[in-house]
Amino acid sequence: MGRRRSFTDLTYGLVIGSLALLALVIIIAPVAIVLTTSFTEGRSLKFPPTGFSLQWYEALFDPSKSRQIHRAVSNSLEVAAWSTAFGVLFGSLAALGLARSRTRLARVADGFFMSPLVLPGLTFGLAALMYFTLIGFRPSLHLIIAGHMIVTVPFILRTTAASLSQLDPALLDSSQSLGASWLYTLRRVTLPLIAPGIFAGAFLAFMASIDNVPVSLFLSTARTDMLPIRMWGMMESTLDPRIAAVSGVLIAAAFLLMLIMEWTVGLTRRMRD
Amino acid sequence: MNKLAEWQLTLPLALAFAAIFLAPLLMLVGVSFFDDDKITQPGVAQWAKFLGDPFSYKVIADTLLLGVKTVCATILVGYPLALVYLDSPQRLQKVLIFIIVMPLLLSVVVRTFAWIVVLGREGVVNQVLLSLGIISEPLRLLQTELGLVISLTQIEMPLMLLPLISVMSRLDPNLRDASAALGASRWRTLFTVIVPLSMPGLVAGCLLVFASATTAFISQTVIGGVRLIYLPLLIWQQSLVVFNWPFAAVVSITLLVSVLTVVSALSYLGRRSGGYVHG
Repeated sequence: MGRRRSFTDLTYGLVIGSLALLALVIIIAPVAIVLTTSFTEGRSLKFPPTGFSLQWYEALFDPSKSRQIHRAVSNSLEVAAWSTAFGVLFGSLAALGLARSRTRLARVADGFFMSPLVLPGLTFGLAALMYFTLIGFRPSLHLIIAGHMIVTVPFILRTTAASLSQLDPALLDSSQSLGASWLYTLRRVTLPLIAPGIFAGAFLAFMASIDNVPVSLFLSTARTDMLPIRMWGMMESTLDPRIAAVSGVLIAAAFLLMLIMEWTVGLTRRMRD
Repeated sequence: MNKLAEWQLTLPLALAFAAIFLAPLLMLVGVSFFDDDKITQPGVAQWAKFLGDPFSYKVIADTLLLGVKTVCATILVGYPLALVYLDSPQRLQKVLIFIIVMPLLLSVVVRTFAWIVVLGREGVVNQVLLSLGIISEPLRLLQTELGLVISLTQIEMPLMLLPLISVMSRLDPNLRDASAALGASRWRTLFTVIVPLSMPGLVAGCLLVFASATTAFISQTVIGGVRLIYLPLLIWQQSLVVFNWPFAAVVSITLLVSVLTVVSALSYLGRRSGGYVHG
């Protein structure tokens, strides 16, 4: 009996351990391989790369050769900044409005505002394209900002609502009974306490906007090109090796962001809790 | 400030949603009921064309099956990783969660591109297999469903792992010890204690992975190519290549309905299993 148990425990360790190892390899290997390939000396993306050079990074940072990519990057940053700004404004106001309401209508409104998260993005992207075109708007960054705001505001709404639900109502009551106006209470009590929630939501929204494909796919044009769509184009036609350099830059950025998040807000600790 | 006034704070967002979310979706439904691509002739011809074509059902089934296969693959390797995470010491947990979360900050396009380098004709997999003499000529991995499922497994993995880990970390460790003390093997403890108790996290992970894999346009087109046709590719072709908006509207409503049907069925099952475990 004892021996059989230790045998099945051994198979457990072996099976679970090797599957978990496989998972880690699947997660890490492609990223590591792309990073290595981006320094290739060759003209194609072969692995292992031949030699070491920064030629694709040089081509990527060259303002005249890679003008389109640079414009796509600046468009993406501009759209992400504005859509997050509007999202923070509208989203945190809405979260404040819904926070203490327990009515049926409030629940419906909350579900409605969160629905872009479950709705397939392509359906909304196509709907937005038809809508804006048929009511006579010409394609512009403004429309992309509006579209991104809709699909990223749920992140802000959710994190802000979570912070608000942990806010002690006694604080608001005492502020008011001490004679503070509603606006003063909001400014000096509520906002400082929910600021981390708003900030976390804004970060998620910003990242979601930078990475958004379904809305940008339909609303962007050659003049209002967005980075993910540009990169998709670079992969679809001839495999442009500069895309490995773009990936290298984005991998470095993601790594740095993770470290910063870890130091400032303790991201992994929050994820575990 | 009274209740009514506080409620009014939702108005800006509500108006924005009405104007640029609800109105476009209603218009999408409206456009789908036009017969011609100039959108002048109302009718149900596009719906009849789509629903009368056996090819449509194949594309719907392929799309949903792609989601199911990806979900199964992420569970197969992701669940063991979550178990290992649970048994790891604090320091290792920190490293693991870093590895798991980082892909989320990395563009989907980059993660897709990585798999082109891995699975291509001159890619890593073929190089290794060729040099080991297992195969004599490069395998075709890109533009196959197998390659696509492998890629999507990595791309969607964080969506499975994060809810799983957050639910599993809250499990009482005494339960596992009690199960072992009562003589259950680790397998039995896994299937009778850990799996049922982690069901809410597992279901949440499945929902996210399914919804994301079925609509992953970039990965589907770049790795699947044009020979593997899924609903997202069909929507893109019909709207931005052929410019048949009514037909594209029909397909995207179909995508919406079929994904949401599966997702709500799953979450219903999840709630039931949750009730079973706790009741």
